[in-house]
Amino acid sequence: MAPEQIRQVVLDILARIAPDEDLSDLDDAVAFRDQMELDSMDFLDIVMELRKAYRVQIPEEDYENLVTMDSTVAYLTPLLKDVNA
Amino acid sequence: MTNAEMYNSRIVITGVGLTSPIGNSLPDLRANLLAGKSGVTRFETRYMPPVLAGVCNFDALRHQKRKEVRRGTRAGSIAVYCANEAVNDTGLEWENVEKDRVGVYLGITEHGNVETENEIFEIGKFGYDTSVWSHHHNPRTVANNPAGEVTLSLGVTGPHLTVGAACAAGNAGFIQGLQMLRLGEVDMAIAGGVSESIHTFGIFASFKSQNALAHHDTPSKACRPFDTDRTGIVVAEGGAICTLERLPDALARGAKIYGEIVGHAMNSDATDFVLPDRNRQAQCVELALKRAGMTPQDIDIVSSHATATEQGDIEESSALAKIFKDHPNVAINNTKSFIGHAMGAAGAIELLGNIPAFDDGMAHATINLDHLDPNVPLTQIVANEPRQLDSIDCILNNSFGMLGINSVLIVKRYQD
Repeated sequence: MAPEQIRQVVLDILARIAPDEDLSDLDDAVAFRDQMELDSMDFLDIVMELRKAYRVQIPEEDYENLVTMDSTVAYLTPLLKDVNA
Repeated sequence: MTNAEMYNSRIVITGVGLTSPIGNSLPDLRANLLAGKSGVTRFETRYMPPVLAGVCNFDALRHQKRKEVRRGTRAGSIAVYCANEAVNDTGLEWENVEKDRVGVYLGITEHGNVETENEIFEIGKFGYDTSVWSHHHNPRTVANNPAGEVTLSLGVTGPHLTVGAACAAGNAGFIQGLQMLRLGEVDMAIAGGVSESIHTFGIFASFKSQNALAHHDTPSKACRPFDTDRTGIVVAEGGAICTLERLPDALARGAKIYGEIVGHAMNSDATDFVLPDRNRQAQCVELALKRAGMTPQDIDIVSSHATATEQGDIEESSALAKIFKDHPNVAINNTKSFIGHAMGAAGAIELLGNIPAFDDGMAHATINLDHLDPNVPLTQIVANEPRQLDSIDCILNNSFGMLGINSVLIVKRYQD
């Protein structure tokens, strides 16, 4: 998957776990938590959805890479490079 | 007890919120009960052919965000809807209520089966890899979940708990609230019962294995308490919640008073896991009457528990026949014939659906009673059409459950 495709995957996950949020003006450089209501259980939903969809295992020490959209896409790109969109 | 203590111990209903298969408000439920409208439909469940069920269609988003619906449980959504409707009905300015003096007490038949079944189904898609088991499972399945979701929604910081009481739970929730008010633990009890049980296949499959699951080509005819052609239980979902207050508090703020809980009782059969016992049921009714200082002749309507199983119907009707043998004019009705068995919510919905009788003077019917079972020794059943009564001042509500748990509540028209 290309980075832009990964971004869309993450955006779709956010839309499911935060259905009341308007994500149309999400700033990819700003922390998710600073622009939407996202608590620790929601954050674990992101990890879980990626695990279910792509069998990606994200260890707890790597969670810091999932702070912004930019950092999330950067972190996931090598992990999902062999996955078809 | 002094006169002042007795006055303070009087507990009244000051707000009502409910959802049922035939109405998401008390006026709608009442209108459909009087109109004889059934809420039983065909319903898809997992692993087995479609079943018959009572299904609610309330708007969860009226009191919850979509995220809250997603995060919580169906029982939680039902409880949040009903509790908010009840609180709104009180006329109180909720922001000015001392939330640490409010308690939430909700009866449940079971809780957690829905989420557990869902999760097992989900990980089945992943070869039963438990690493995809949801982190939401525990907060969704803890037994206090529906009551806890109410506290989150309403900002209640007083006590909350669910009362596990099988199908006696609706009354049990009210009784718990009443007792906490009398103990002075809270100044308002948000009390009642809820059920999400139609969303677990297990409840249908278990009743089916017990040969106790209703079937009928016409869903509206499926639930037939006291009728020779009954085939068993129709499971329903729903909820009914009241705000309860001590009488002086309610009068001081000029509250609307739906009725006063004047008698209650709970006891246990101690005889069988599933089979009811007419003697203990009768004792439970007698204890509630005694606590109310009443005789059977004081009761105008008996809201029966009967679920449309042969033994259940016969045991309860035998108990009622013994107690009300000298009261030919008492009106005995049954709500399950309209909506099915709402499990933990059943007793609460069934009581509240009868409360408007204080104003409209009608006893709603038991529908689908075409051929009275000759083993049901009752002449007072309101069959198929509602009955106008001369006056209605007292309603007795039966609610019984598995493991031999019995509960009875008596509500009286409020009088000084």
